[in-house]
This record gives sequence, structure tokens and C-alpha cells, in this order.
Amino acid sequence: MLSRLKIWILMVSFLLLAALPFFAEAIDEPFYVDLMARVMIFSIAAMSLDFILGYGAMISFGHALYLGLGAYAVGVLAFYEVTNGWTQLIVCVLGTAFISMVLGLISLRTNGIYFIMITFALAQMFYFLGISLEAFGGDDGLPIDSRSEFFEAFDLNETWNMYYLILGTLTVTAVVLWKAINSRFGMVVRGSHSNDDRMKAIGFPTLKYRLVAFMIAGVVCGLAGFLLGNLTEFLTPEYMHWFRSGELMIMVMVGGMGTLFGPLFGAFAYIMLEDLLSNFTEYWQFYFGPLLILLVLFAKRGLWGMLPGKEDMSDE
Amino acid sequence: MTVLLFIEQFLNGMQFGVFLFLISAGLTLVLGIMNVVNLAHGSLYMLGAYFASTFFGLTDSLIVALILTIPVMLVVGMLIELVVLRTMYERDHMDQVLATFGLILFFNELVRLIWGVDAQPLTLPVWLSGNVEILPDAPYPVYRLVVIGVGILVAAGLFWMITKTRMGMLIRAGASNRPMVGALGVNIRFLFTMVFGLGAVFAGIAGLMAAPLQSVESGMGEDMLIFAFVVIVIGGIGSIRGALVASVVIGIFETVGRSILPVLMLEIVDSETAQTAGPALASMLVYILMAVILFFKPQGLFPARTG
Amino acid sequence: MSEPILKVEDLRKSFGGVVATDNLNFDVMPGEIHAVIGPNGAGKTTFVAQIAGMLSSDSGKIVFNGQEIANKTAPERSHLGLARSFQITSVFKDFTALENVALSIQAHAGHSFRFWKRASTDTSLTEPAQKILDEVGLGGRARTLAGNLAHGQQRQLEIAMALATGPKMLLLDEPTAGMGTEESENMRKFLNELKGEYSILLIEHDMDTVFSVADRVTVLVYGRGIATGTPEEIRNNAEVRAAYLGEDEVTTGA
Repeated sequence: MLSRLKIWILMVSFLLLAALPFFAEAIDEPFYVDLMARVMIFSIAAMSLDFILGYGAMISFGHALYLGLGAYAVGVLAFYEVTNGWTQLIVCVLGTAFISMVLGLISLRTNGIYFIMITFALAQMFYFLGISLEAFGGDDGLPIDSRSEFFEAFDLNETWNMYYLILGTLTVTAVVLWKAINSRFGMVVRGSHSNDDRMKAIGFPTLKYRLVAFMIAGVVCGLAGFLLGNLTEFLTPEYMHWFRSGELMIMVMVGGMGTLFGPLFGAFAYIMLEDLLSNFTEYWQFYFGPLLILLVLFAKRGLWGMLPGKEDMSDE
Repeated sequence: MTVLLFIEQFLNGMQFGVFLFLISAGLTLVLGIMNVVNLAHGSLYMLGAYFASTFFGLTDSLIVALILTIPVMLVVGMLIELVVLRTMYERDHMDQVLATFGLILFFNELVRLIWGVDAQPLTLPVWLSGNVEILPDAPYPVYRLVVIGVGILVAAGLFWMITKTRMGMLIRAGASNRPMVGALGVNIRFLFTMVFGLGAVFAGIAGLMAAPLQSVESGMGEDMLIFAFVVIVIGGIGSIRGALVASVVIGIFETVGRSILPVLMLEIVDSETAQTAGPALASMLVYILMAVILFFKPQGLFPARTG
Repeated sequence: MSEPILKVEDLRKSFGGVVATDNLNFDVMPGEIHAVIGPNGAGKTTFVAQIAGMLSSDSGKIVFNGQEIANKTAPERSHLGLARSFQITSVFKDFTALENVALSIQAHAGHSFRFWKRASTDTSLTEPAQKILDEVGLGGRARTLAGNLAHGQQRQLEIAMALATGPKMLLLDEPTAGMGTEESENMRKFLNELKGEYSILLIEHDMDTVFSVADRVTVLVYGRGIATGTPEEIRNNAEVRAAYLGEDEVTTGA
């Protein structure tokens, strides 16, 4: 159960996001719409990662793969002149579901350090694959000529339409994932995190459930990638690079692991921070590296985790 | 594909395998004994290459550069262990991943700050830059043979240390059952620092030897790190023997595979498909191999842990 | 003479050179409490782990309720009616006591691919869970985080979770471990109440408990059963005294 404060913060944030384009137009700074659109996309991706990482302890160091796959679903189809949004969406969902299922089957029977290394390696495999596909630009990338077409009345080339589509997707996925994590399914995932042997002993075939959770996370992240490809109108294997996966993990940690909503703010904080620091110096990672170490040591619970909350029901 | 060409690729594969072994051997011990995920191991490889090119630039001697790089890498490794890694032993893997990720960022920028953005040049001294005829009409670079030779020496030395010395025994025991070793009253802290330092030295040597063969630049460590991960997953965490076997297999698979596959594909499909699919498939070979091996043996070929 | 509910034949398990279970033959009759005792390292927990399905045996047969279960996974065995409590407390520390038991109930309430309805307020799970907590005496602590319970209460929760799966047979691994005198006494009373309705394989170190609840006792030494009989028979068995009871300070109470 969320505390009053947290619910209040979420509602206010939603309202601010919904009102942003109006403000931006009023002060004639369309840049902010683009910026927040990007933040929201990464919020979705970070949230999907928290679903398996924060709640399920599946430390997947290759989650950005699905961002890339979603973008590729848009870009590759557009390249072949298939610009129908629904077709692209179906390919995106089915494709990410399939690949996450295969990768999950390979890696979920291992755990701990093995799992981290395997997910890392498998994601990089796709990155190298992307680079070697010269037809789609290789490592130079490929411009996407047109955004997905859904309804005639809803032209995604209009910035506002794009923005509200992203906001809508964010809201829907947030609600769906929140429901899922508190449902019976979610309890199994959370229990497997806490004590997998115990779960098996009371009768849960945990692998099946972890696999489905893994797939859900992959598909949701793929949706974020779908939006990313549309927003940037550019396709590059860099979306899948392990560095991006690392960034997603940072967003989850900064926001608060295992809170689902924390990573939304974590994405915001990280992107803002990166923007700020890189304006200061080209070598911002030199400072960010040690900062990250300090954050891990001292601010582990993340932003959301530091808020007073009644998420655990203690003795009443 | 001629026999000669195959032999050449095979030897290249062995040489690549040497680099992989040097990097993976240290990393697999760190993972197995200290149970710490260290993403920054690739950075040690990179630092070795940078130090080597500087020392070589100063002294014009590869040998001297090697002699200087070893203690420097040992110190660097021990420093990293003392300052950062120690705080991570009690933490869970997620924290370790993030913290060592931070180290990667730090080191990648550090080398750019100190050495500049351009790649460091390291040309081979004359006595190493020629070819030798391993078979009549088959010239092969002397340097690569030297690398293979060094690899064999290091592997032999490592095996000797692991099996014949007390330190080696502690390492084996620690890899197979860490809590026990602590319970036996061994100074775990010292053991960890030494293991990490050793890993840093090996990675540094790999970096030094790789410097003449590839560009020495920021970020060169991470590509090798991925391969090291694959090696360790296949070989089994904590197992030097596993690291050796897997390094050689992966090295050869990757090198020979890359050159054979496009040729093989031309036999099966038309040239245009082969052009696109060939390199793509070649880059995936090693990972497919990993997936297949994992399917049958989720703990790798020679897992060191009994429990 | 009815059929045993659990029958183990020639069970064997070794780790490297060490034989942990040495051609063990064992059975549990319906409704009885069959205790297994033995010195440390005798292989008691290894034995239970094989029956529960967490450890695979090298050879031998395990027949439960007339079915061969050696090839069945732990979750499958749970659904056949076998429940286990762990020697080292194994509850879900971040869940409340109620949620812990509800999870056991959920495991046996069909599949859990339900993504929408909130589980922690689902009365079809929470009501039975509350009842079981009341039965073991933890009813008032339903909303406490399992990690915040006292040690003895966590042991009680362990049993509650096992009971909540609706089993026919319980594998209890040292349920009184770490308990004080009063708590152990309560546990003994509780075990006596369970007898008859459930069949129980009980691993215990506490002799008071063994002698007051067990119908039969088997003594395990180095993976082999060296004697099986009623508690009185075991207490008087010379070989057993030599191998085991003689070494310990045994309180021959109850």
C-alpha cells in the first residue's frame, strides 16, 4: 500500500507532466517537451527493469537490448516501407516476447554472478549483430524517415501527439505493472527473490514464473524502445550497448530498487544530472564514476526509498 | 580456404586465447574466491596497455616496459582493492555491479585526461617485428609466436603456483569453499588483496602484449571483458583449468570462425546473403557456443565450487 | 497392518568421497510420528532433503503414498502431499506472517498467473491463512513482518507454512531448534495434536521432544540406520547407547 505522501507525489507529477506542453508553449521553449518525452521513455524502461531486478533479484545487465529491439521494430519496418503503427507494434511485442523467452530460458537456470555475465554477454551479442548489419546502417545508424502511423487523425509527427502518446503509455504501464507486482503472480516473483528454495518447497515451480516476469519486463522495455525510435527518428545499435544497460540500472538504484515508481524519478534525476554535468565538462564521467560509488555506499535506498512510507505493515 | 591459411588463423586464435586466458584467469579467481563481480577488470587490461606504451616510449625497450609494468599494475590492483573493493565484499551483487561500473567510467575518463584522447602508438622493436617461416612458404609474425610462448609460460607458472605452493592451495580452497578458509584462521584480507593484485598483473601483461596489435584507447577493456565473461561462464567460476580450456576454445572458435564462416556460407547461399549474413553470424558464433554449453552444463565445464 | 505412507529403500547419496546416505531403509506409517535422531554429521538433513526433492539421490527408491517420487521435482512432491519445514529458519522475512502463510495457500490454489487482483487482501487466501496462524498460536502476530518475529515464533511460522499446503505428511527438521523450555513444551503439545491427522518424519536433537511425541525412533549414524524401534526400545539399546546416547548428556525425562 502506498502512503498518502507517495500517492500525492505521483498525482502531482502526473498533472505536471500533462500540463508541461502548455507551459513550454507559453514560454516558447519546445525543447522541454522533447526532453521530458525522452525522460518518460527511459522511465518506462527503468520501471520495467525494476520489475525483475528490484522485485525479482534478476540482475539483468542487458536490459537495454529490449530498448534497441523496440526501436529496430520501428526502424527496420519503416526501412521496408511498412509504416503502419499497428503492424510495427505487433512485431515489436511478439519479437521482444520471443527473444526474452529464449534468452530467459538460457540464463534463468543460472543465478548470481553467472546470470549477470550471461545477460551481459547475450545483450552485447545483439549489439555486435546490429553493428555488423550494414544494410541497416551498421554502427553509423539509420535515419527513420517516418514515424509510426496509427490513426489518420493522430499524426505522430505532431510533437504534442507524440508527447501524450508517451505519457499515456507511461501511465498505463505503471498501473499495469503495479497491479501485477501486487497480484498473486507478483507475490511469486517476490517470494522467489527472497527465498527460491522455500518457494519450491511450498509448491511453486519458480522457473516458469521468473521466465514470465522476465518476458513481461522485456516486452514493456520494448514498448519504450518503440517510442524511442519514433521520438528520435533514428536507429542505432548504441541503444543496446551495455553502457545503456548500466544507465538503466543506475536509474533504478537512484530511484529506489523494488519500488516500481522510484525508477520513474530515478530516470528523471539521472538524465538531468547527466545533462548538467556534461555541460560543465567533457569528462563528466570522471566525476560521475566516483559519485556512483558513493551513492552505492551511502544512498542505496534511492529517492523513493527515503520517503516515509507505510509499505511494510509492522506491529499495530 | 587453404591449409596454410587455416594454420595461420588457428595460430591467431591461440594468440587471442592467450590474452583471454590472462584476463580471465585473474577474473575467475576474483569471482570464485572473493565472490565479487568486478566489471572493472577490463580497465586493468587497458591500464596495462597504457602504462606499457608510456614505458616503451621512455625506454624504447619492450622488456624494460614489461619489468616496469608488472609492479605498477600490482600496486594499482592493490590500491583498487583496498579503496573500493573492500567496501563491496559484504554487499550484494547489484551494488558490486554498480560500483565497479562507476570504476569503469572513472578509468575510461582518467586515461583520456592523462594521456589524451588519441590512441597511443606502440610500434614493435625490430627484433620482434619480423616473420618466421613456421612451415616452408608460410611466414608468420614472430611477435604473435612470442605472445603464445609467453602465454604458455604464464599458464605453466600459474599451474605450478596453484598446485605446489601454499598460496596456491589457499586459492584453490578458497575457490571451492570460501567460508571454510576463513574459519581455518587464514588471513582472508591478505589473501584477497594478493589475489586481486595477481589478477591485475595478469590483465596488465595482457594489455602490454596487446598494445602493439590493437589501438590503445579509452574503452578497449570492455570488449575483452565480454569475452572474458564468456570464457568464465563456459569454463566455470573459480577454475583456472576451465579458464585455460575455455580461452583456447573461444580464441580459436572466434578467429577461425570469423574467417571460415563467410567462405562456408558462400557454398550454401548466394553471395549477397553471404555478404550480409556472414559477418553477422560470425559475430554471434561465440555466444551461440556459450548458450549451447550452458544448456547442458549450467555451471560451466569445470565448476570449482562443490556446494 | 496398513501400508506405510512413506517408504524409502536402499537410499544412497555421496558427495565426492563422503557417503552421506548409506543404503538407508526407512518407512513412516500413516498417522505416526517417526523420529530420526543421530549425532551431528549423521546425514539427517541430507536425508530429508532427498525426500523433499531438493537433493537428488545416487540410487534407491522413495515411495510416497504408493507413488514413486524419486524423479519428481520439489514442487511436484509438495502437490502430492509432502510438506517440509527447514532446520535453518527459512521464512520470507520481508513479508508479514499472514503473507507467508497465504503464499503457501496460494501455491496450492491453482496456478498463479493472475496479474490483476491484489493478493494481500484476497480473502480466499487470507482467511485460511489466519486460521492456520491461530492454530499454531501466532494469530495475534499476523501483521508482523516475519523478520521481526522472535526466533521461536519464526519456528512456529515455519510449521504454519508447511501445514498451509494441506499436506498428508510433514517433514519437520528440528522444529524446536533454539527454543526455550516453555516454547518447546508448547511445540510438543502441538505435535501431539497433529499426530493421527498427519504423518510426521521428525528430525530432532532434543531428547525430551523425541521421547514424548515419537511413536518410533530411528538412529542414524554416518548415513546408516543402526536401530529402529519405540523410544523405550531405543533408549535401552546397547549399540545405540554406545554409538550415540553414551556420548551426550541425555536428559532422560518425559
